[in-house]
Amino acid sequence: MLHTLAALVENHPGVLTRVAGLFARRAYNIDSLSVCQTDDPELSRMTIVVHGDDQVIEQVRNQLNKLVIVHSVTDLTAESVVDRELALIRIQVSSETRSEVLQTVDIFRGRVVDMGRTNLTVELTGDVGKIDGFIKAIRPYGLLELVRTGKIAILRSET
Amino acid sequence: MSMNAGKKGLKGATILLEALEKEGVDLIFGYPGGVLLPLYDALLDSPIRHILARHEQGVVHAADGYARVTGKVGVCLATSGPGATNLVTGIANAYMDSIPLVVLTGQVVTSLLGTDSFQEADITGITIPITKHSYLVKDAREIPRIVKEAFYLAGTGRPGPVLIDLPKDILAMEIEPFPADMYLRGYQVPGKGDSAKIAEVAKALSECHKPVIYAGGGVITAGAGGVLRQLAEKASLPVVTTLMGIGCLPSGHPNLLGMVGMHGTVTANYAVDDCDLLLAVGVRFDDRVTSGLGHKFATKAKIIHIDIDPAEIGKVIRAQIPILGDARLVMEEVLDALAGFEVPQVTDWWESLHAWQNNYPMKYDKDRLTPQMIIESVGELAGEDAIIVTDVGQHQMWAAQFYPIMKSRNFATSGGLGTMGFGLPAAVGAQIARPDNLVVLFTGDGSLQMCIQELATIAQNNLPIKIVLMNNGVLGMVRQWQKMFYDQRFSGIDLHANPDFVKVAEAYGIRGMRIDSLEQVHSAISEAIKHPGAVLLDFTISPDEDVLPIVPPGKPITEMLGR
Repeated sequence: MLHTLAALVENHPGVLTRVAGLFARRAYNIDSLSVCQTDDPELSRMTIVVHGDDQVIEQVRNQLNKLVIVHSVTDLTAESVVDRELALIRIQVSSETRSEVLQTVDIFRGRVVDMGRTNLTVELTGDVGKIDGFIKAIRPYGLLELVRTGKIAILRSET
Repeated sequence: MSMNAGKKGLKGATILLEALEKEGVDLIFGYPGGVLLPLYDALLDSPIRHILARHEQGVVHAADGYARVTGKVGVCLATSGPGATNLVTGIANAYMDSIPLVVLTGQVVTSLLGTDSFQEADITGITIPITKHSYLVKDAREIPRIVKEAFYLAGTGRPGPVLIDLPKDILAMEIEPFPADMYLRGYQVPGKGDSAKIAEVAKALSECHKPVIYAGGGVITAGAGGVLRQLAEKASLPVVTTLMGIGCLPSGHPNLLGMVGMHGTVTANYAVDDCDLLLAVGVRFDDRVTSGLGHKFATKAKIIHIDIDPAEIGKVIRAQIPILGDARLVMEEVLDALAGFEVPQVTDWWESLHAWQNNYPMKYDKDRLTPQMIIESVGELAGEDAIIVTDVGQHQMWAAQFYPIMKSRNFATSGGLGTMGFGLPAAVGAQIARPDNLVVLFTGDGSLQMCIQELATIAQNNLPIKIVLMNNGVLGMVRQWQKMFYDQRFSGIDLHANPDFVKVAEAYGIRGMRIDSLEQVHSAISEAIKHPGAVLLDFTISPDEDVLPIVPPGKPITEMLGR
């Protein structure tokens, strides 16, 4: 199954190589990976979505923890979390399809951020399922370009 | 140049050497080069001794051998580019066997980094998968901290190699000395075991009927041989060892069943297969032990796995009782906890074990000059304190099977990586580390030629190493597999253009002896041991000698050929 891991890592050059290299050489499959500096400028936070059964995920966590540059690893899968992904999507439009496309964007609560004569670019935030759903819905109109950030996740507060 | 250029202070190279001294380093193995000129210059004013090898592979294997026989962190040094890449095999070798090394490499000046400049190689990038950690130093003020961290990382927890890449301008930079505070927030060293789990182990031990201790290199690393022995004797537990665990109990100890796995004793393999409790300590269930068949390994047993590396627990085999911790501390706790329990009833188990030992002894033909006989003869003559170093191949397995190792850290062999060429330079490191011990290298004509240039290092440093060469004119282990599993279709194993190794030794100023008959063996070995300098003993053996017993690849460990 898919697991979402949050890793606090040192914010140095080469850290991403160490993490990505570990996944490659141990043949773990990364579904998505996003990295950003935290409020502590010494640390970055990686959100890693990875495929595997419980034994594989335990190995991934242990192997990640062995890297000196990794400070902690949390599995957010079983926890109550909020997760989001951001996508920028350029869609082909014509005078006939424009209003239908705009309606679909509306339904998914997307935002048009750029518009050309024959295409428009939509910004969409949501969980992975919502973004997948939107892509499915607009594909028939012509999907010109797609950029997704990969998932980021945070624990829900306890209260 | 930025950063205090021109300011009066100490050079980076001097700061580095002083930082090494603070870590107790009195010796480094190295090979110079362009970017290391500032460091080699500073070495002249340092009390640290430098041993020049003849190839960077020799440098790193020597530091590895030094670390194996002392337990200290070995230090080696090579220049940028090819110097650094020549270390790669040796770093991987140390990584696989959890040997503590600090590997220093020169690097091109920081302004040229990333420009494909002369003798530039991204050695930190290249070695990420085979180092415990690595550093590229970008500021000389970081040197004291990095050196301190590197030694701490290399030598604690599960040991391993740590690499420090040192650009030439950093070595030449003059700075004010800077304090060394470690910054390792993401690194923890396990110590004692979980007390609830320790109690579970004691209970499981008291209730079992067919226990086996499966002891590996982690026992040696942790200095846990003594407590292992107490535990084994107290509860009458049989012990099998891995190749890396050899020496954790003295050879001939009544509880010791020998090595387990592909070339293990029949009794050790049967015992692991039949046991109802497997106490695995400092092992990683390597495929040379399990045949890569985790699901068919010790299937009747409750498995306890004690290891200091959390990633080893559950990697190959799921243990019913996993214990994270230092092997010595955990076994001490188990020993204490056992006081509250009955010792296991194992009389019947020992009867079965003794029956297997009687039915399946390690054996060989005594009427001919055989490698096994040569090894046993060295064992009779070399004394308990001799340090045995091996290369890789048939001779290595024969040494593991037949040499009576009496002490921890007296057996140095390339276990995980299986690096031909390891032996000769590792023997250099071992002899320099422990000058008062007799060092014997068992090697083959294939392995010896992979680092044969280190004969010069032996000669230059007057190291009285005894090199026992099993010369069969072929790559014996490959040939044995072709004979047994590839229909005798011999391919790529013929070494018939070998040099005359006696003359080669003599060319390096080392005494050479050729032995080709049974009658000469004892006297030749005695004479070599008495000789004050190095000796190469070239034993002519048959290419048809096999390492037996053998578990064919992919077969469970009970299906041994040559029982």
